[in-house]
Amino acid sequence: MPSIILIHDDGTRETLDVAVGTTIMHAVVAAGKDGIVGECGGSAMCATCHVYIDRDQEQAKSLPDVSAVEDAMLDSATAERRETSRLSCQLRVTEAFEGLEVRLPERQL
Amino acid sequence: MSSSGPVIIAGAGQAGFQVASSLRDEGFAGDVLLIGEEPEFPYQRPPLSKAALEANHNGASVFLRPPKFFEEKKIGLQAGKKVVSIDRAGGSVTTCSGERIPYQHLVLATGTRNRTLDIPGSKTRGVFYLRTIADARGFGEQLERAKRLVIIGAGFIGMEVAATARKRSIDTTVLDIAPRPMARAITAATANFFHNFHSSLGTKIRLGVEVSEIVVENGAAAGVLLQTGERVDADLILVGIGVIANSELASEAGLAVQNGILVDEYLKTEDQNISAVGDCAAFPVRSLGNIRIESVQNATDQARCVAARLAGRVDCYTNVPWFWSDQSTIKLQIVGLVSGHDDVLVAGSPDEACFSAFCFRNGSLVGIESVNRPADHMAGRRLLRHGIPISQDQVEDFKFDVKALEAYARTAALEACP
Repeated sequence: MPSIILIHDDGTRETLDVAVGTTIMHAVVAAGKDGIVGECGGSAMCATCHVYIDRDQEQAKSLPDVSAVEDAMLDSATAERRETSRLSCQLRVTEAFEGLEVRLPERQL
Repeated sequence: MSSSGPVIIAGAGQAGFQVASSLRDEGFAGDVLLIGEEPEFPYQRPPLSKAALEANHNGASVFLRPPKFFEEKKIGLQAGKKVVSIDRAGGSVTTCSGERIPYQHLVLATGTRNRTLDIPGSKTRGVFYLRTIADARGFGEQLERAKRLVIIGAGFIGMEVAATARKRSIDTTVLDIAPRPMARAITAATANFFHNFHSSLGTKIRLGVEVSEIVVENGAAAGVLLQTGERVDADLILVGIGVIANSELASEAGLAVQNGILVDEYLKTEDQNISAVGDCAAFPVRSLGNIRIESVQNATDQARCVAARLAGRVDCYTNVPWFWSDQSTIKLQIVGLVSGHDDVLVAGSPDEACFSAFCFRNGSLVGIESVNRPADHMAGRRLLRHGIPISQDQVEDFKFDVKALEAYARTAALEACP
């Protein structure tokens, strides 16, 4: 089971084991962690599972591209959109995610 | 608020759960007790007609939070219990187990129940409804073996399930007395698109037909009889013909009810110590009177509004409603309230399954339905939230340029709310 590293806005880091096939959004919500809301349940509809993922990390190489829907939704995320912005509901975890650093924004709503 | 007892939330659906969760986010330190009829921890309903019916679905992911969340946040949860009466004078509720619990404030989040089909044979084995996680499990199991599915009701639930059933090559027929699918909720332009789309998937859509009887063979449903006498065979039947607000608890306590529990702009009932949120609440909307909205956004945003008030921040509820529906490869997003529109402008291309229907009333934009055009939807959320005017001429100009509309909305929103 790959582990991802959640980096909260205050810099706190925690490790989360995620089953392959789960989205990062679902994994964080199902673990009861703060920082991701995921209100629409993973349909790329609410932009409340916004995260920042640095593309320079080795693990980020296997991330899928940003789809048109994700792109439009990211534009309306509450926290600032950056180059590294993703909707975590669109990121389904594979073995290659082991050690991926996922930065959480200041707020989602 | 009255002085003692917890904030009691009657109903542990999306709205009820969100009131409890947001009270803690708002720093509310008092006791919070969530009382839910179903034996489950609070879960999401939208996936039940969508992903939860997929063959490879992992059922665990529909729960809103893990059990330990309730412990950590000190949210009391009585699952499998129901509030059966309210003693407003005494400030207490009684649950189905006879327990009397005083409340400081009571939030009614009782939701809706399915409207039931009342025709001969309608109680037969093989006739399903979809509302709870138990319904979805039961129906999902039958769907595994089904060969011929008849769906009574061409609303959102019916059409979402039809799309899933066709993915599994199940012979699927949708019946409705209305002239168009999802007729009560969406414009003719968008409904016609969906009619053609579902037909192209192989779903048989029969409109303007009335079902008079469920055919029963060997104790199970074997089809439906139409009023014309025609029989449509089925080994599985799903009924999705709308919902009724669960407002009896409120009306029996003497609170005003009119297609939902009547609340004011602060989501308070006429009793200062009782609020109502989500699908069961009929709240005031300018020019439309009191309306009830069945959606996740409405449930969670109203819940946050009430939680903020109980924590000492007072704001009235003015959020712009939005909804979505996933049907096969099509994503429908609706923002605003399109009922009563008198003009529709379609931008984009229905033939390519990528368009938006802009709905106007008296020249003002009241809502947008977007099919696979999320940028229009998001621009619409900005425009409506900030009350930014947009004329039909402007929409004509932006018709083929999604980015131009988005840029207009963004700039105007920044000016409205720097």
